[in-house]
Amino acid sequence: METLHYRFEQGTRPLGGMPQLVGVVGSGNLEVLIEAAPLQGACEIDIRTAAVGFGATWQAVMADFHARWRLADARISINDMGATPAVVSLRLDQAVESLTGGTP
Amino acid sequence: MSSYLELTARQRIPAIFDAGSFEEFLPPSERVASPHLAQLDAPVSFDDGVVVGRGRLGGHVVFGAAQEGGFMGGAVGEVHGAKLVGMLRRAIDEKAHAVLLLLESGGVRLHEANAGLIAVSEVMRAMLDARAAGIPVVAVVGGSNGCFGGMGISARCANVVIMSEEGRLAMSGPEVIETANGVEEFDSRDRALVWRTTGGKHRYLMGDCQMLVADDTAAFRAAALEAIGSIGNASLTLEDLLAEQAMLSRRLADTEGLAEPMDVWRKLGVPDPASVPMLDADAFLELAAPYRAGGQR
Amino acid sequence: MNWQTLATQLFPGGHAIVERDNFLSGTAQVDGKTVAIIGTTEHVPIGIEIALAQAQAILKSVQEHPGRPIVILVDTQGQRLRHHDEMLGINSYMAHLGKCVDLARRKGHAVIGLVYDQALSGGFITSGLIASACYALPAATIRVMGLPAMARITKVPEERLTELARDNPVFAPGPENYLRMGGLHGIWESDLANELARALADCGTDDVRMTLGQERGGRLLAQPVAQAVRTGGHVRPT
Repeated sequence: METLHYRFEQGTRPLGGMPQLVGVVGSGNLEVLIEAAPLQGACEIDIRTAAVGFGATWQAVMADFHARWRLADARISINDMGATPAVVSLRLDQAVESLTGGTP
Repeated sequence: MSSYLELTARQRIPAIFDAGSFEEFLPPSERVASPHLAQLDAPVSFDDGVVVGRGRLGGHVVFGAAQEGGFMGGAVGEVHGAKLVGMLRRAIDEKAHAVLLLLESGGVRLHEANAGLIAVSEVMRAMLDARAAGIPVVAVVGGSNGCFGGMGISARCANVVIMSEEGRLAMSGPEVIETANGVEEFDSRDRALVWRTTGGKHRYLMGDCQMLVADDTAAFRAAALEAIGSIGNASLTLEDLLAEQAMLSRRLADTEGLAEPMDVWRKLGVPDPASVPMLDADAFLELAAPYRAGGQR
Repeated sequence: MNWQTLATQLFPGGHAIVERDNFLSGTAQVDGKTVAIIGTTEHVPIGIEIALAQAQAILKSVQEHPGRPIVILVDTQGQRLRHHDEMLGINSYMAHLGKCVDLARRKGHAVIGLVYDQALSGGFITSGLIASACYALPAATIRVMGLPAMARITKVPEERLTELARDNPVFAPGPENYLRMGGLHGIWESDLANELARALADCGTDDVRMTLGQERGGRLLAQPVAQAVRTGGHVRPT
């Protein structure tokens, strides 16, 4: 298992509502827990993944995600079991949409 | 028609309970995960594979749970089992109208071995406590992973079992049996045989499943409502168990020498047993319901 | 230990236990009172017939001897693995046995389980584990599944599981782990007759195993999690 952490400053879109969970921790899948948190406007993402050594890929996917949504005061926690970048991005978007009902 | 089978546990809850009525206990934001999976390098889930809480069904307060078959096969570990037990105890505290269990589980979570085994037995005991307190317990089995092992036993501790054709209810999986006793004993790759042996239609005909529905969330919801409404006295009496003893003894005698489930259905009087797997739920019930072995409520 | 030796040690006051197809049944004397005995021997797999026989014996005891204590002597390799058993719904037969034990307990029969040799999984869930309390002898083994099968299903290498089964409390099959986790109320090293008499006298009605597991340090989360769900609070493990 590998643990990764990202923090993106100066988000612009805050979240409202209760924490939400999307996805399932099964092979090739992941779960994303998203909630509002006081983070001085930042978005923090914590990842625990069964697929070890893909730091650079995660970095790229997270950067894309932040560029897309620019969340502020948001905490995202992920339990991953080897999902592809496409599935990770999909789940992240689903997680945000479950809270905002919006589009990037 | 909206498939129940294809939904996650978290999606099944709002599909079955009254809209917007479900409040989750100890939600995933509490991050109470398994303490045992890390030592096997296995990932955890923030809800340890089960959603528990309280909602309304047809306006009545019904406590419920949904097991996530996609996480560890829905199998029961320490936290998962404790969530189920806590929900069942709370249902008793708050005098729930009923408990609805959306089961999808391999049974004891092998990764948690001893802790999982004790947990499953505590779940079983808590289900029977709920019944003894007069609270009807309804089990729904319609997920792709089926309901096996200790949860297969627990399902039959409920008042009513509702299944779809796609659901399976059993003790040991066919692979385990094949590995132990050979492919002649049970060919685990013969899917048709697996479903004839452990699937919803067979269990319905044998009397272990009281209601058989199509793989459709509306059908499951309607069946749950009907099941709860049909249960007069939820608790188990000596008379109930004597009747069940007689039923199970009869079943053993009636199936002596029969190895193929279709032969069992034929002996029950089901016309054209070979057609059973092909029929949709309504057609199956029309054909087979009159011949169903006496079940247990 | 074979069942006859066990019976001699457990029941110095005498017993009338018979064995038939590895199913034990009968009565015995504990402290001058008659108790009902059911059980299994020779690590027999629990199939439909034995589950039915055990259930019948329990029901008979409840009907004919209200309040009579019941002692379940456990030695099994778990559920029988046959297509025929699955076709008939062995899960239902197991559930039926469990419900019978549960009913006996609710009707005031003290039910004590004793693992005197092996206990596995399905053969244990609806016997010892649904009794009022379960005990074991020090040399007993209690497990969920054999390691090779477990390795196949979990995809964890068998070497790793073997290593864990040596001393990891979650995996090791020794009764001391079950004791620490709250699954067992005690381990009987010697003086079995007195241990049984005490167990019958101490018999409670509630399922206290989560509390035991927390107090003894073997299962730290179960009780706090159940409590948090029950009361709507947070989990505070000790």
